[in-house]
Amino acid sequence: MRTTAVKGDFNMINIKNLHKSFGDLDVLRGIDLEVEQGKVIVLIGPSGSGKTTFLRCLNLLEVPTDGTIEIDQTVMDFNKPVKKKSITSFRSLTGMVFQSYNLFPHKTALENVMEGPIIVKNIAKHQAKETATALLTKVGLGEKIDFYPFQLSGGQQQRVGIARALAMEPKVMLFDEPTSALDPELVGDVLKVMKDLAKEEGMTMIVVTHEMRFAREVADEVIFMDEGKIMERGTPDQIFTSPKEARTRKFLNLIQG
Amino acid sequence: MFLLSNIFNDPERMNHLVSIAQTSLYPMIEGAIKNTIPLTLITFVLGLILAVLTALARLSSIKIFQIIARVYVSIIRGTPLLVQLFIIFYGLPNLGVTISPFISAIIGFSLSVGAYASEIIRASILSIPKGQWEAGYSIGMTYTQALKRIILPQAARVSIPPLSNTFISLLKDTSLASLILVTELFRKAQEIAAKNYEFLLLYIEAAALYWILCTILSFIQGSIENKLNRYVAK
Repeated sequence: MRTTAVKGDFNMINIKNLHKSFGDLDVLRGIDLEVEQGKVIVLIGPSGSGKTTFLRCLNLLEVPTDGTIEIDQTVMDFNKPVKKKSITSFRSLTGMVFQSYNLFPHKTALENVMEGPIIVKNIAKHQAKETATALLTKVGLGEKIDFYPFQLSGGQQQRVGIARALAMEPKVMLFDEPTSALDPELVGDVLKVMKDLAKEEGMTMIVVTHEMRFAREVADEVIFMDEGKIMERGTPDQIFTSPKEARTRKFLNLIQG
Repeated sequence: MFLLSNIFNDPERMNHLVSIAQTSLYPMIEGAIKNTIPLTLITFVLGLILAVLTALARLSSIKIFQIIARVYVSIIRGTPLLVQLFIIFYGLPNLGVTISPFISAIIGFSLSVGAYASEIIRASILSIPKGQWEAGYSIGMTYTQALKRIILPQAARVSIPPLSNTFISLLKDTSLASLILVTELFRKAQEIAAKNYEFLLLYIEAAALYWILCTILSFIQGSIENKLNRYVAK
């Protein structure tokens, strides 16, 4: 894995004027964002605010309708038609962790993690197995490598999902509500893996989550999104303790009860 | 009942029937091994390949592929299999195209299986959650890689029961090939019956042989399902 990098060496992500619409529906309405290398961004906002779409645009699971995204000095310009090939290669810069895990049910934990390196990166099987075993051990599943997803708990499945994404050695990790499908007692293990990834590996991360404790402990910055725009951004303390925008306050009141 | 009791009260006639049943068994099994079974197996493999291609064409974003697939499925499903076989075997010679009975049957049945099974495969592919495609894409897979490695293996499991139905129907439908002169199991029965007029006996015997073959297939289906179900919670 990568060695610990100094935070803020350079901008890992540069997003300019990002737009995404589905037909007449404008979901993202001009997003600008820079993220320095090694920073952890937590994205919050009401449902329908576009946070998941935003994350999916970074991974090109949705192709934006306008704007540019630069990740690790590779630029995608969505004013021009994008080629399938460049989508695939741009996608490899990011790893995605899904709310519903989306593990491959017909493959064991180990095979799930080995799949990308072997099929996409053409890495030799024994080598991929070694790396995958190490990754699964690191997320606390060294004992479960030969289990099928249906034999694992939600929290374990999600950790396999994280290992699967990490196996592709992405520059940025994207988490789409990684713990919101989990039973409360399983959330902790997943968050711990994410925390280690941020603190020990210095991974650049964008996390859509409503886990406020995680945001306070790990995030360098919290971004509040609403109606397809970034409404407010700041340190966790600024956002959670003294939000400037009325809408941010209203949202935080709602989720904090 | 009257007729049956007649047979049982007449030992000579009974012996006669038993000996016909015995001597006709060998040519019928020969017909099954030389024609019915190879025809079924070859056709099923070719038909399945055609079906996957047709299903992918239907699901493709390219309009012309969709149209070709739709027209093909519509024509095959909308016309009787027997008529299709007659067109290939008896009709095409009018264009100077003469095809042997066995090959005609392979073409006709493959086209048929391809059309029917394509709907099964299309539905199976659609039944796999979208998140599986996305998970494949998210680790850098192309469409083809995700299809081959992630989607089709899962779709295969879903499609085994309905495809087994298709397979069993196909095995029985091959009896239609008797009408384009393929000397398969049922044609043998017809030929023998034409000589000795024991229609009831020979056709029941043929039916019994089909039933045995289909039962064997059902067992095979069961073991394939068990194998593919190993990753599903029970």
